[in-house]
Amino acid sequence: MRTVPVEEAVAQIPNGASLMIGGFMAVGTPEHVIDELCRQGKRDLIVIANDTAMPGRGIGKLVTAKLVRKAIVSHIGTNPETQQKMLAGEMEVELVPQGTLIERIRAAGFGLGGILTPTGVGTVVEEDKRKIDVDGREYLVEKPLKADFALVQAFLADYLGNLTYVLTARNFNPVIAMAATSVIVDAEHIVPVGMISPDHVMTPAPLVDYLVTRA
Amino acid sequence: MTMDAQTIIAKRIARELSDGMLVNLGIGIPTLVANHVPEGMHVFFQSENGLIGTGPIPEEGMVQARLTDAGGQPVSAIPGACTFDSATSFGLIRGGHVDMTVLGALQVDGQGRLANWMIPGKMVPGMGGAMDLVTGAKRVVIAMQHTAKGKPKIVKQCTLPLTSVRPVSLVVTELAVISFAEGRATLLETAPGVSVEQVMAATEAELRVSQQVPQMQI
Repeated sequence: MRTVPVEEAVAQIPNGASLMIGGFMAVGTPEHVIDELCRQGKRDLIVIANDTAMPGRGIGKLVTAKLVRKAIVSHIGTNPETQQKMLAGEMEVELVPQGTLIERIRAAGFGLGGILTPTGVGTVVEEDKRKIDVDGREYLVEKPLKADFALVQAFLADYLGNLTYVLTARNFNPVIAMAATSVIVDAEHIVPVGMISPDHVMTPAPLVDYLVTRA
Repeated sequence: MTMDAQTIIAKRIARELSDGMLVNLGIGIPTLVANHVPEGMHVFFQSENGLIGTGPIPEEGMVQARLTDAGGQPVSAIPGACTFDSATSFGLIRGGHVDMTVLGALQVDGQGRLANWMIPGKMVPGMGGAMDLVTGAKRVVIAMQHTAKGKPKIVKQCTLPLTSVRPVSLVVTELAVISFAEGRATLLETAPGVSVEQVMAATEAELRVSQQVPQMQI
């Protein structure tokens, strides 16, 4: 784990990278990292997240700046710009049921070859997917989803990289921290090692690659 | 005093609640159900972004930026609330631990199948958590106006993309309560001052109607 300024962390991300980004309508999204992505103008990004937030917040800033080539999300209803860009063919959008999306990410992080879910059977979601019968019930085979980088927002981080989250800002964050090659964390507070009780650690330190320092 | 459509729907659905239930409310009319929980009853409300124990909208100055509902709006957490990640949240939903979900609808067909997540070419918000909720919750209750721009929303066949093939349990509108037991639309109750004929006229799907249809108690 390295503790680095946000400029240096974001400099690791090449154009065209796939990014998992924490947050639910921008709550729990690392805004500093997003701002730096915009400043460095990283292009052709593949974004995997719950939603594309709204213009001016979180992932919405990446959409406005035309940095996203493809979004794999469960919901775009709060961001009219995403819908416009999708209909104009400027941005690809893959819509995935929220429970399936998080399980596909979990599967990748947990070393599974995919998951079987009843969600989406008999709907447009099942198109081009295998179906498996288990004890008389049909399930869709949903493949694991991994990324080059996870951009995580934490509440507390220690200098080893142990993390905690608060309230509804947790959402996708601990799950994406398992599923990406490199994990970049922006924490609200960085505390000395030992300050977070072992029982309260939600993301174990060895998963974190870069902890962003505050100026 | 005449009650508006949304209040009729919310108050009637609140009668489906019972003590200790875990309930997930969708956005719009479903959210209003929380305002009509009977006195003395304790219901656990889940927000699928990771909260059980969702409380009322906080007073001015009490907003906590990291505490929101599934619509992204600030909420409060009541004493005894708990938070969790999205995988746990959808494990609760898909795993059958949620006793009841209340959702809005664009269309419900005669077999109780729901369409509520897109209008092709016009409105593509995405399914969010709706497909998981309809697939996994023990009971699915639909809160909606009976018609949209004068057109029936309870149709013979859904023309919009389905949310799930699993039939919903109950539809509550400002005119009627309709169940889908055995995959057939059955008129259970009519709203005060509404006749069976009015409900039939505003419904496209075939309705099974018994000799005596009781009035909705609200």
